[in-house]
Amino acid sequence: MRPVVIGLPLPLPLVGFRICCGFPSPADDWIEDAIDVSRLVVTNPAATFLWRASGDCMTPTILDGDYLVCDRSLAPVSGDVVVAVVDSEPTVKRLAYVAGRPALSHDNPLSPPFAPDPHSEISIWGVVAWSLRAHRPTR
Amino acid sequence: MRPVIALSDGNCFYVSCERVFDPRLEGRPTVVLSSNDGNIIARSPEAKAIGLKMGDPYFKVRELCARERVAALSSNYVLYGDMSRRVNAVYERFAPEVVVYSIDESFLDFTGLADPVGHARALRATVRQWTGIPTCVGLGPTKTLAKVANHLAKRTPALDGVCDLSDPQVRAAALDDLPVGDVWGVGPAYAARLTAMGVTTAGQLRDLDPRQARAVLSVVGERLVLELRAQTCLSWDEVPAGRKGCAVTRSFGQPITDLDDLLQAVASFASRVGEKLRRNGVVAPRLSVFMHTNPFGAGPHHSASGAVTFLEATADSTELVAGARQAARQAWRDGYRYSKAGVLCEGLIPAGQVQASLLAAKDPGRSERLMAALDASNRRFGRGSVVIGATTGRTRWTQKAEWRTPRYTTRLDEVPVARA
Repeated sequence: MRPVVIGLPLPLPLVGFRICCGFPSPADDWIEDAIDVSRLVVTNPAATFLWRASGDCMTPTILDGDYLVCDRSLAPVSGDVVVAVVDSEPTVKRLAYVAGRPALSHDNPLSPPFAPDPHSEISIWGVVAWSLRAHRPTR
Repeated sequence: MRPVIALSDGNCFYVSCERVFDPRLEGRPTVVLSSNDGNIIARSPEAKAIGLKMGDPYFKVRELCARERVAALSSNYVLYGDMSRRVNAVYERFAPEVVVYSIDESFLDFTGLADPVGHARALRATVRQWTGIPTCVGLGPTKTLAKVANHLAKRTPALDGVCDLSDPQVRAAALDDLPVGDVWGVGPAYAARLTAMGVTTAGQLRDLDPRQARAVLSVVGERLVLELRAQTCLSWDEVPAGRKGCAVTRSFGQPITDLDDLLQAVASFASRVGEKLRRNGVVAPRLSVFMHTNPFGAGPHHSASGAVTFLEATADSTELVAGARQAARQAWRDGYRYSKAGVLCEGLIPAGQVQASLLAAKDPGRSERLMAALDASNRRFGRGSVVIGATTGRTRWTQKAEWRTPRYTTRLDEVPVARA
């Protein structure tokens, strides 16, 4: 069980290790800071929430199991990937505004087109600013 | 400059937190239960409408809840605490000073703004958009009046979540209509005393002679009268009344019969108290521990408390834990089955105002660094991952929480899932 701490620094040192054998490393003078990945993907910690995707309808943009970094402070615009709530069900979709109303679609050409009931209630929960995927799956 | 104080609070905060991540709860009567799934501590408007009351023991309303399809949830304090932190982070962007009063209420300094009401509306909209939490905002020249305004904002849908009592005439009319028992700080006992004197509205309380109020209700009453007259008594950085105390209490899943188990429990409570104190920038001059058996259970009953006073007011978990263990030993009696215990600190003071004691020979810098590291580790690796030595060990006293929702915002393996 690993907690998610959004917005706290996760320092990745630019210089991986120091030499500890008598003389100072000449590289020490050039250590300036650490790259903080969370600062890259989380620009507004108060409004940023992590979700996880399940299913194949957004392939190849979003794969099953991807983490979604959702920033609720971003105003959704056409073309965004969003977490939306359709009839009380959270879902990841591509957003387009058609005549001022939100319309959602799948990215996967092999998936059946997303065709909600015309009376369905659609609301945008938040814009997916980043997605995270391990290219070498971890246990 | 005329002060303008805003009190912003989350509507049915615990239920709102749950609804952000589970949209199926929207529109469905929903209640949140206290630790150990004992009593109702939060209700959605739908749950209020079917007659569920705050404090109702769940076992008494279980059938009604089943019939009405009420969603009854165990309290998920990890989630509520994180959402509260986020809401307050938004507040910080809207006001130079934010004083957290409770998990769902904060005072904000709106003094000097050209359009405080417009600012309050923008605040509400932003909190709602960023965190999903609906709020109400009350505006007034004192904290007490801001609290009154907040009460009216919640009760009057036409106000659309913002009530401004800055105008003296509006204020006078509002106070004349408000039952005295609805004023912040007037508990049932004070309300009864005031009613006996013929004071039944907030307006009548405002018009009371402050000296008479002091005679009847002590200094608290005098302050209330003055604050209702728009005279500031609670200074901005003063820790507000409810925050003068800080407590962590729990019912145990199984009664505790062994002193070591109890010492572990109170040590962990004291650690949590320490975290709260540090987060609020206050220190405690003393600490007390209470424990009692189930008052409705079979077997011998016992209820006791112990207390310690620190040489110097502290928020250091090491000292709080040591104090809690000492106080618990004082109170403990063998042969009883304790069902609940708690750690309380009162008389809290801002950390900067502590008078150093010559006897308390410690290195405050060291203690602060240690506690900062402790808090950071627990934030990073999950609550309880780093604890003061005495709190480790078995966790037989872990509370019952059968219907707790995932810790959506703080655990990687519990984040919400969206269908793709």
